[in-house]
Amino acid sequence: MNAPMPDLTPADACIDSRFTVPGMRCAGCIGKVERGLSAVPGVAAARVNFSAKRVAVSHVPSLTEDGIIEELRKLGFEAERAADNPLGRDDAETRRLLRALAVAGFGMMNIMLLSVSVWAGADAVTREMFHLISALIAIPVIAYAGRPFFSSALMALRYRRTNMDVPISIGVLLATGLSLYETVINGPHAYFDGAVMLLFFLLAGRVLDAMMRSRARSGIASLLGRMGRGAHVVQPDGSTLYTEAERLAPGMVMLVAAGEALAADGEVLEGRTTVDSSMLTGESDPRPAGPGDTIHAGMINLGNPVQVKVTAAAQDTALADIARLMDEAGQSRSRYVRIADKASRIYAPAVHSLAFFSFCGWMLAGADVYHALTIAVAVLIITCPCALGLAVPAAQVVAAGALMKRGLLIKDGSALERLAEVDEALFDKTGTLTLGEPRPADLGVLDPQARSLALALAQGSRHPLSRGLAQALRDAGTGPASLDDLTETAGMGMTARFQGHDVALMRPEAETAGLSVDLLVDGARTRIAFADPLRPDVRETIAALAAQGVGSGIVSGDRVETVAAVGTQLGIPATGGMIPSDKLDLLVERAAAGHKVLMVGDGLNDGPALAGAHVSIAPGGASDVSQQAADAVFVGERFMPVALAVKVARATMGIVRQNFVLAALYNMLAVPLAIFGFVTPLIAAVAMSASSLLVVSNSLRLARVAGREDAA
Amino acid sequence: MSILGFLIPLALLMGLAGLGAFFWAMRSGQFEDLDGAANRILIDEEDEDR
Repeated sequence: MNAPMPDLTPADACIDSRFTVPGMRCAGCIGKVERGLSAVPGVAAARVNFSAKRVAVSHVPSLTEDGIIEELRKLGFEAERAADNPLGRDDAETRRLLRALAVAGFGMMNIMLLSVSVWAGADAVTREMFHLISALIAIPVIAYAGRPFFSSALMALRYRRTNMDVPISIGVLLATGLSLYETVINGPHAYFDGAVMLLFFLLAGRVLDAMMRSRARSGIASLLGRMGRGAHVVQPDGSTLYTEAERLAPGMVMLVAAGEALAADGEVLEGRTTVDSSMLTGESDPRPAGPGDTIHAGMINLGNPVQVKVTAAAQDTALADIARLMDEAGQSRSRYVRIADKASRIYAPAVHSLAFFSFCGWMLAGADVYHALTIAVAVLIITCPCALGLAVPAAQVVAAGALMKRGLLIKDGSALERLAEVDEALFDKTGTLTLGEPRPADLGVLDPQARSLALALAQGSRHPLSRGLAQALRDAGTGPASLDDLTETAGMGMTARFQGHDVALMRPEAETAGLSVDLLVDGARTRIAFADPLRPDVRETIAALAAQGVGSGIVSGDRVETVAAVGTQLGIPATGGMIPSDKLDLLVERAAAGHKVLMVGDGLNDGPALAGAHVSIAPGGASDVSQQAADAVFVGERFMPVALAVKVARATMGIVRQNFVLAALYNMLAVPLAIFGFVTPLIAAVAMSASSLLVVSNSLRLARVAGREDAA
Repeated sequence: MSILGFLIPLALLMGLAGLGAFFWAMRSGQFEDLDGAANRILIDEEDEDR
């Protein structure tokens, strides 16, 4: 697919850069990006990774990253530098588990092949040989595939705790040891197949769990990286150089374009603009800023390009305080115990004492040590939490997959468990209940022709107001008019010619109270005012949450009157004027009163609350910090995924509990058989597979349950 | 039964070959972009010299 590279430079002079391109949606986009970039002088090769929505470009050093972003923009794609993914560490773990699963699968199939012949009645010498071969396969396989369990069990024991991996490890090791002894003395019962099969099923559960996590995280990572990672610093010769946020220093002069977020605190030197500080404070009204005004990192420039002199960077910005609060708040979250580990706290001692008592019982009944030990191992193998190990991840993966289709990315299974317990929801206002983007307040001021002119003008610009206007007009079913000589003047607006008339979309000449633009057709001015509207289905979502017994409330940093108005409009309690630590204090207070609070917020000011809440969700347009602190991220304009998440999480926990009951029933049937010595390796293998199949198929029912939520 | 002496090593070798192929595929990034591979087949190849 890559065009043959024009031989510009020796290959070793090329450097690699990575960009995220969220707009790639089809095969045509892959071809367009790869072909278009390869045609750019200086680009040696471009390769798209469609799943990750990334493109890797190999290019000569003289072609800057900004240059490539500009080329991508010309091709019609918005692109960002792909920063090191802070969530990408899970990939290595998934790979390790997958390799272990492959090895266990290989061992299981080969050992099963030999075991079936033994069960079918292979006689003395053949059986001994088959057991020996099984042992030769099983020992390296168990040593390799069992590592994730052994190391986790060791870790737990070292801290004098127990988790699911402790009974698993003990069961596998005892079964292997006994089978080895059996092989040496040419005995009839070897459990190599049971031990390896157990590892295979459990690894399958772990792999599912890890894949769910990394899929959601890579989805979230592709949303990241839009906010203030760096700035264009003006050089002495007047050119600009992109500088990472960490390398900014006081005294530098940043050129901040419209739509960009500030990477450091600073003082405006040149230009007048409007800044949106909703991410930082929750305030919804943009405020004007001119020479001499101080603006902070995290604010977004909505108006004209401005030059800003850095006064504080990196650790000294207003943002750093919020980061410190978040660190402290996040610590309570780590005390949560997953349901599988909770179950194993009861399960592991029960199973171990059962095995121990059957050993003692048989000894008392006059059996020899070897016989009693065989029985004890059979009990351990038959009760090993194979079904339990699959029960939780299988259900959670199905639920996470269903939610992902509806636009909600869940970071891990523990988030689903915590979501199911929620009994109260607190929302931030700006950017969470509202879209967080300016949209025209009333399109009625424009007639159909004016609308199509406005759309044609607006879609040529990346200015936030133009983008909001274009989106709203497209939603209203408008098609763009065809224009000639479309030009953009930074800080002024768009001009063009339409059938011999001058048309333009300009900023108002006099400063206005709110945000607005003027549409000019042959000198006739129409003013379009902008507002930040509520998401379309906020009311329905709050009602759906209430139907599930979850009360709602608003906590916002915006002005008290504005927040109260929204609260009255939606009929829920609302508190305004809160600073980040106020939100966190309120959460702590609610938690102390026994409530499990779901926090939904987007701004940097919500970061500590998101980290401190029982569970948290952030919208896709949220700041990077918030998306990383939250347990889940929802994309799109609709708010309903929040209510859906709670609903599906509860359905999931219902299925998980059913699975636990099924596993308990199976144990009640199988354990007496094992205790009284009727369990042979054949019965163990059948029971294990049957119970695993049962819980997995029960979990798959969840896809139907979650699928029905459409109607709700 | 002497056929077993041939069949069992053969079965193991084939299994190991499959395992080796899977490890190679993971290492060389064959699973990096599953959705992309499905889509690439639809791209019309435009020859540069046309």
